Amino acid sequence: MARLTLEDLKKIKQTSRRMTSLREGAGRAKITVHMGTCGIAAGAREIMLAFLDEIERNKVQDVIVTTSGCAGLCSREPMATVQLSGQAPVKYIDLTDEKARRIFAQHVQGGQIVADCALAVGSERTG
Amino acid sequence: MVCAGTACVSNRSFQIRKALTEEIERHGLQHEVAVVTTGCNGFCAVGPLMVVQPDGVFYQQLTEEDIPLLVEEHLLKGRPVKRLMYTPPGEKLPVPRMNDIGFFQRQRLIVLRNRGLIDPEKIDEYIARDGYFALEKVLSRMKPEQVVQEVIDSGLRGRGGAGFPTGLKWRLTRRAQSNGDGKFVCCNADEGDPGAFMDRSIIESDPHAVLEGMIIGAYAIGADQGHIYIRNEYPLALRRLQIAMEQAREYGLLGNDILGSGFDFDIHITRGAGAFVCGEETALMASIEGRLGEPRPRPPFPTEKGIFGKPTNNNNVETWANVPIILRRGADWFSRIGTGTSKGTKVFSLVGKINNTGLVEVPMGITLREIIYDIGGGIPDGKVFKAVQTGGPSGGCIPAEMLDLPVDYESLSEAGSMMGSGGMVVLDEDTCMVDIARYFLAFTQDESCGKCTPCREGTRMMLHILDKITRGQGTMEDLKTLESLAHEVRETALCGLGKTAPNPVLTTLRYFRNEYEDHILRKKCSAHVCRQLNTYTIIEENCTGCTRCARECPEGAISGDRKQPHTIDQSKCVKCGLCFDVCRFDAVRIV
Repeated sequence: MARLTLEDLKKIKQTSRRMTSLREGAGRAKITVHMGTCGIAAGAREIMLAFLDEIERNKVQDVIVTTSGCAGLCSREPMATVQLSGQAPVKYIDLTDEKARRIFAQHVQGGQIVADCALAVGSERTG
Repeated sequence: MVCAGTACVSNRSFQIRKALTEEIERHGLQHEVAVVTTGCNGFCAVGPLMVVQPDGVFYQQLTEEDIPLLVEEHLLKGRPVKRLMYTPPGEKLPVPRMNDIGFFQRQRLIVLRNRGLIDPEKIDEYIARDGYFALEKVLSRMKPEQVVQEVIDSGLRGRGGAGFPTGLKWRLTRRAQSNGDGKFVCCNADEGDPGAFMDRSIIESDPHAVLEGMIIGAYAIGADQGHIYIRNEYPLALRRLQIAMEQAREYGLLGNDILGSGFDFDIHITRGAGAFVCGEETALMASIEGRLGEPRPRPPFPTEKGIFGKPTNNNNVETWANVPIILRRGADWFSRIGTGTSKGTKVFSLVGKINNTGLVEVPMGITLREIIYDIGGGIPDGKVFKAVQTGGPSGGCIPAEMLDLPVDYESLSEAGSMMGSGGMVVLDEDTCMVDIARYFLAFTQDESCGKCTPCREGTRMMLHILDKITRGQGTMEDLKTLESLAHEVRETALCGLGKTAPNPVLTTLRYFRNEYEDHILRKKCSAHVCRQLNTYTIIEENCTGCTRCARECPEGAISGDRKQPHTIDQSKCVKCGLCFDVCRFDAVRIV
């Protein structure tokens, strides 16, 4: 059992940020599928599979796919947040398998926000 | 304008402001160029940010090294530095900004600080956002009494609904005699209110926030063991909690000698078995002990004698989740959020007749109107707002005239409701307030443990009277009995369940008495919810004679020839409402 010290905490923080933060070079793009009970009930697992499938089919290496808990706007689930390096994240709502694949092609690969599926650009105010 | 939101500050926006101010003075521009700091505008991912006005030029991802060039080129020579500018894709931004959307703009995320940003099944991601640094600070640099004092100074009050000052509860538990037998900290994750899912969401999205809070609390109080009582109906939250605890143990953040400080502490999970009353803390503790989930008289309070008779500090999930950030950023910072008596934020589950259903966290003191209209987006289908129900079965209904009430513990209880754990159900004109009272009484009656007579018999009688009234069989005498029963049960029940069960009745009587009188004296339910009081008729002009209603009617009460207007025989009608539901020509009306 690792007995952590403050130094260890700091190292973990640094390493984790390098692996998950686009700003620190973790990848070109990051897709977060929101999976609280609301999201899962609405079909978030299928959305996750759709994104993973697109990544495999396109042999993409520099895109991170991850999950988080509920994003807050439960009535518009399934939701996913797409962030390209150097740009503000975009929140997509009311997702379906078809929309997820379209977002992958147009936004993640093509750099163009898919306006008809998007709710907003930017992050929430935390702290 | 330099952004000084949390994210930008952590990316050195204060240093940038300093460099900017110095550089401006160096060029003698200080009388022409003012440097101001602004709050967060949501573009955190590309911060630190700066906007130059009146040019409207938006700079992003700045570093201190960029400043001399920026000042010389843009401020002195009037040539914006393209390399540092934010360039929106191709056309004008086709999508609104987060901060322009009411739902997000008014919220303030403290408890939900990691919302959407971490994978709750990866402890490293929690640490990456400063998780467990508060614990490190506490264990290495603070004495337990100092930690208690910090929580007292913050003004944090219990988020389970009653709003007892958290720091005070910690102090009482710390000072309680334990005879060397140990003390407990406990987390109430039973969340039984219908429509409430704040605690479920917190545990599903950020379980470590709760764990870190409990470890800090245990240190402050002198407890060596913790219990989390979580309702069994939350399988995902339970799983994520178990994973989080395993990962914390692997890192030595739970167990012996935490962070090398010599402090030992671990947590045990107990699952509920479906009883709402086990959200009441003494019943909860009985359940943990393996006994029947029934409350007991207090004193002695759990802080003196709790689980297995040991001093126990029990707090709600949301209360615990506030602790790490209070210790990290300080009581002073926390106490500047909220109102005079209610500090910090509150998480609400906004549900019912509302456009933006979801989980919201707002600073105390925000008005109900702002929550319902700005954040919630108002009532769907153009319907009229009628009331908002807060506090679940223990709470009350607040009518439209009181929408400008600030949300804090005192204002809500003065209005006859209570903050509660955070369930906020919006009701519109199609809601019958008598039926709402009946619904909540049916719930509490079902969940009453039966131990004390006032609750066991009192709620049964109140429900019986409400049933009579909604069936059109109530009398004014019944109304008097209902009201006096409500007051008596409130005074005499053994625990919070019974004591607050009459609240939905009392607030609906206070603000919607006319609806009760309509049901009793005029045998009318204006929302058409109480079907026994509805009269169904067919409007001749609209009826096409399609015969659908006649075919559906279970009593054969509708007659008419094909393509001729139909009629309903009231003597046969049992008011099931099927004809109303199936008519496609809006020909069936309720009178």
